[in-house]
Amino acid sequence: MKKNLITAILMTLATTVLLGIVYPLVVTAAAQLLFHDKANGQLVSRNGKVIGSRILAQPFTGAEYFHPRASAAGTNGYDAANSGGSNYGPTNQKLVDRIQQDVAAAQKENPGHPIPVDYITTSASGLDPDISPANALFQLPRVAAARNTSTDRLELLVKEHIQTRQFGLLGEPRINVLELNLDMDDRYPVKH
Amino acid sequence: MTLNGWLQIALFFLLILAVTKPLGVFITRVFAREKTFLDPILRPVERLLYRVTGVDETREMGWMEYAVAMLLFSLVSMLLLYAMQRVQGWLPFNPQKLGAVSPGHLAWNTAASFTTNTNWQAYSGETTMSYFTQMAGLAYHNFVSAATGIALAVAFIRGIARRQAETIGNFWVDLVRASLWVLLPFCVVGSLLLVSQGVVQNLRPYDTVKLVEAQKVPHLNADGKPAVGANGQPVMDTVTEQVIAQGPVASQEFIKEWGTNGGGFFNANSAHPFENPTPLSNLLEIFAIAAIGAALTYTLGRMTGSPRHGWALFGAMAALFLAGILVTYWAESQGNPLLHGVEQHASQLQPGGNMEGKEVRFGVANSALFATVTTDTSCGAVNSWHDSFTPLGGMALMINMMLGEVIFGGVGSGMYGMLVFVILTVFIAGLMVGRTPEYLGKKIEGYEVKMSMLFALVFPLIILVLTAISSVKQFGTWAIANPGPHGLSEILYAFTSAAANNGSAFGGLNANTAWYNTAIGFAALGGRFLMKVPMLAIAGSLARKKYVPPSVGTFPVTTPLFSVLLIGVIVILGALTFFPALSLGPILEHLLMNAGKAF
Repeated sequence: MKKNLITAILMTLATTVLLGIVYPLVVTAAAQLLFHDKANGQLVSRNGKVIGSRILAQPFTGAEYFHPRASAAGTNGYDAANSGGSNYGPTNQKLVDRIQQDVAAAQKENPGHPIPVDYITTSASGLDPDISPANALFQLPRVAAARNTSTDRLELLVKEHIQTRQFGLLGEPRINVLELNLDMDDRYPVKH
Repeated sequence: MTLNGWLQIALFFLLILAVTKPLGVFITRVFAREKTFLDPILRPVERLLYRVTGVDETREMGWMEYAVAMLLFSLVSMLLLYAMQRVQGWLPFNPQKLGAVSPGHLAWNTAASFTTNTNWQAYSGETTMSYFTQMAGLAYHNFVSAATGIALAVAFIRGIARRQAETIGNFWVDLVRASLWVLLPFCVVGSLLLVSQGVVQNLRPYDTVKLVEAQKVPHLNADGKPAVGANGQPVMDTVTEQVIAQGPVASQEFIKEWGTNGGGFFNANSAHPFENPTPLSNLLEIFAIAAIGAALTYTLGRMTGSPRHGWALFGAMAALFLAGILVTYWAESQGNPLLHGVEQHASQLQPGGNMEGKEVRFGVANSALFATVTTDTSCGAVNSWHDSFTPLGGMALMINMMLGEVIFGGVGSGMYGMLVFVILTVFIAGLMVGRTPEYLGKKIEGYEVKMSMLFALVFPLIILVLTAISSVKQFGTWAIANPGPHGLSEILYAFTSAAANNGSAFGGLNANTAWYNTAIGFAALGGRFLMKVPMLAIAGSLARKKYVPPSVGTFPVTTPLFSVLLIGVIVILGALTFFPALSLGPILEHLLMNAGKAF
């Protein structure tokens, strides 16, 4: 018993050094060497300023931008230092009310068009960088009008940005909102 | 449900099937102390560890000493984790200057939960834990709680395989070999693969970035309510920045799955793009969750000289896995009937289904698959919020856990949990034909059956008693986020998850309270150690027995008939125990939802 207790203490300390400190530091060093950009969060710069991570959603609410999925992360949403979802259960009246409100607004914006489910639901992380192609096409008329450009030209751009399934099999087709918006700012800038 | 969804599920299953034998053989060799290709690097490290800690690697232990060593190690490492959280403010690798984890019951809950391989999280990672605590406290326990589980499973299998033996192995040697051979090398490779997909791995402070479009948000008063100006209009603030949490994520991410731990670096766990950025990283993660649990079935077959018995267990697990994924995938694809005016059908342009609390890159197929795998095993990592699943989808996840985490199961714990069910199955089969039950040449007698029943009773007792208390007392119901039957589901899920050492949650439940932190901590400890000790007692008793060669009357444990009987025992035991509670929670909710009722 006593010998095993001493071993337990020593074993805890020795393995903490090996598995808790040496291992993560070695992996950090290797990751920084091999995949520098990815290991640091794929930060994107524009005009010399860091403006976000390519793989995290940031808020867009103006008519001239495509909007990411709704976010329940942090107090105001899109808090990349406090990720999380709504955790609304399927029969929660608050969920039903929120969706009803958003559906009414969406129908006003694009009447007669079916509303894609990912347009009015919150994501799991609150930082989902993607929307479905259906979601982007739903928002297309609003964005085109705000940018004073034709929907056909913008539709081509949206289609260029569709990421297909990985290896043609994995995941779901999707569009990265930040990349799409940045590309659109370059090619069809807002005319003031 | 789509063809593509089923293809992805099939691909996952084929990968697990393919890895079962090679990994199972590898694990067998590691614990038989045979040569492996990793010896030139790992053997010197192993010897050094024994020298530092005073372990005699040639000495073996009886089951009681084995149990004592395991308990002492768990206790010491748990105390260290508690202390580390409380003093993290003074420790290095803390660029955000996060203070001590408080209150004390939160640190207690986290220490209990990570020591037991549960990884229930009442805290939010990026706002609570320093990089040091994440690496040397939490990720460290991901290694050793998993290694402990594997050690115990191997000790149990030795008990079955050995004849008239007094010992079942040396806990310290099993612990070290599980950590160094079975976990560490795979984690180094797996972590880097994850980084290649975009999982972050750094020690930098959180980044502050300038938003492309500045945002107006309501100004909140000190009481948390939106402020109203003199003109009656809401006061608005302008937000121009986003703070991005960083950290050594990948090194923790892979062991989180490979060791079926499940505690996320970030609050959003594997839904966070920095933990699980692409569909490929997602596949890698679910593969890692189930691989060791599946491989141990082959290890069992090989160590006991009956590979077909191992495959019979694998078959039972596979059948239960398929049943679970079928229900959950179907239920989530149906969407939510209470949402009107929303297109929820899958098409070329959208995944469709119940997308509240799910990510677009995963859709319903990969969310349902991840959720099924994480609850089949005792992992508990999530890539979508189970609380927002449809009632039946969420119920299937709960049932996966209620069956005792034996569908591939937690690393090690799934195997010994399954072996207890095997003993009960053999016993019941023996009763049916009127013969003394035998299992792989060992007579199963009163002692083993009593210990198995103890194992089988502790689990529902913890869950149902604590759920009952929480659902009638104000300190329990106060924390419910979703009213109606779903509220009961939240509480039931929490204690099931804790006792099963799973750690996933119906996350709406505000579990960071004195009652839940304390009760869930004890539920996790009970679900782990009150079940491990009887299990080791069975191992010790079996090891001492004489070998009885099989006769014509022996019920074979290598046939599909045995797999079916085993499934029957698991399902009946689980259904009888939990059906009443489930009918008041998810089943009732499903009926009311389809009748158009919200709460």
